[in-house]
Amino acid sequence: MKILVLISNVPDTTTKIRFTGNNTAFDDSGVQWIINPWDELALTRALELKEAGGVDKITVANVGEKSTEATLRKALAVGADDAIRINTTANDAFYVATQLAEVAKDYELILAGIEASDYNGNAVGGMLAEMLDYNSVSAVSGIDLDGSDFKVTREVDGGYQVVSIGGPLLAIVQKGIAKEPRIPAMRGIMMARKKPLNINEPVEGIDKTQIIKFELPPPKAACKLIDEENAKEVITLLHEEAKVL
Amino acid sequence: MNFEFTEEQLMIKEAARDYAQRELIHDVIERDEKSIFPEKHIKNLAALGFMGMMVDPKYGGSGMDTISYVLAMEELSKVDASVSVIVSVNNSLVCFGLSKFGSEEQKHKYLTPLAKGEIIGAFLLSEPEAGSDATHQHTTAEDKGDYYLLNGTKNWITSANSASTYIVIAQTYPEKRHKGINAFIVEKNSPGISLGPHEDKMGMRSSDTHSVMFTDVKVPKENRIGEDGFGFKFAMKVLEAGRIGIAAQAVGLASGAMERATAYSKERKAFGTELANHQSIAFKLADMAVKIENARNLCLKAAWLKDNNKQITIASAMAKQYSADMAMEVTTEAVQIHGGYGYVKEYHVERLMREAKLTQIYEGTSEVQKIVISRDVLKD
Repeated sequence: MKILVLISNVPDTTTKIRFTGNNTAFDDSGVQWIINPWDELALTRALELKEAGGVDKITVANVGEKSTEATLRKALAVGADDAIRINTTANDAFYVATQLAEVAKDYELILAGIEASDYNGNAVGGMLAEMLDYNSVSAVSGIDLDGSDFKVTREVDGGYQVVSIGGPLLAIVQKGIAKEPRIPAMRGIMMARKKPLNINEPVEGIDKTQIIKFELPPPKAACKLIDEENAKEVITLLHEEAKVL
Repeated sequence: MNFEFTEEQLMIKEAARDYAQRELIHDVIERDEKSIFPEKHIKNLAALGFMGMMVDPKYGGSGMDTISYVLAMEELSKVDASVSVIVSVNNSLVCFGLSKFGSEEQKHKYLTPLAKGEIIGAFLLSEPEAGSDATHQHTTAEDKGDYYLLNGTKNWITSANSASTYIVIAQTYPEKRHKGINAFIVEKNSPGISLGPHEDKMGMRSSDTHSVMFTDVKVPKENRIGEDGFGFKFAMKVLEAGRIGIAAQAVGLASGAMERATAYSKERKAFGTELANHQSIAFKLADMAVKIENARNLCLKAAWLKDNNKQITIASAMAKQYSADMAMEVTTEAVQIHGGYGYVKEYHVERLMREAKLTQIYEGTSEVQKIVISRDVLKD
């Protein structure tokens, strides 16, 4: 079995978000880039499945410019067998899914993080499954191989649902799919350079969205502390200031 | 001149940072308080390749350069200098010494498990009456034909209890003074070796430090490193490289304290505004940043010289002296910025300050580094 893990290159989660071009573009100067945390967990689970046997190869794929190769190289250092970079700017979800559809056909299992921590679009996985006409399960927090099928645990309102499903499958994974991402060992870091990182040119695709403007969320209001003796004041504030009562 | 790091170097830095921030941080205060040896962490770091970073993969090492080692040491030391000193001694004293000067047999038998981190090593040079002055070794290694007989006491030995392989510096020909010194690989379980009590230290409390006594300890001839009488030169060569690791440790202690002080100064308010908005604090942070950057550059230059097989004696002495003294200063300022919180253990900076003190003392005090540097400055 071959697994494809989709990798998004995102700003480090502690990045201070700024915009340029009259708030129409993200200012990426001085930004540290990392593997999207959900994709990193997906990769960790793929590695666990490979170690348990039954998986021949793990490929990681990313749509992005050359600068995103460091992220793919890290995925190789952690243990992916090869990588594909589709050489274009990742503009929107539909465009990215169109590009990935070109390279994803040969894989029995595709793992996609539930969202990317940059735009939190929550869209590429579903779109890609539709384009490939693959079975798809979302909000997956557990996956095991079950002969030629998959046993998938997904979160539903108030609990979990265990699904048995045939391949080829695109699983949209979330927290819980693996415990925590792996730290690459130095041997892996050295081997990463020798593993194939293939560069594919993009196919024709269209952007279905256009960014008009970015806005930062309003700053958090300061927390008000009220003495325990003044319970009445809490009620008054909730009523008059927060207007939730 | 190129100031850019390679992708691999950055990945190693990140790996060290991830391990320190994700794992070491959890029990660092408890291990410090109770002087608990970080066995689990050393095992994990060994699996990641940190115990023999610069050793040829042929002998179980990771085959990385000294720049990567400096970056890793800084990241580990930001959180836990006890762990990083164990890593440093194993890498830059024990593994480096054996890689550079050991025989093929010694490399197979000792270097390989040391580089893999299956066992750890200790470097035994200091004595009760010879710390900075390594030319006067009272420990003797009498040549008995097919073996040497070791007698004497070594002091302040990092990892003395946890290590299973020792590199011991001892005097074979007292009349030849430092030219009569030899270096030996000694297995800790050899009959005649005993340990003094665990030293109750001010900082680096999670690393185990003891004195080691040798009473008629037989060391096979084949365990001598290099030619007869090579021991002093061996020790000096190893120490000058080792200084880069301790210098990087000092940079890590300072930058770890700086990161904490910066974050604290943005959160904590005084006189109606964040500490960072008070110029007295902002300027302190600016001074700290410049000093750390200076020290880091000295370390990286020394590492670059070593990687390019150039003379490192002066560069590593400068890096060690400046970084250690800087770390003491910067960690003290970090405590000051934290005010009362800086003086309690929960906020980590007091520990970093206690640990910084040792970087001015071990592997050559700041004063010894100044002897090395000034001799070079004053030479004709």
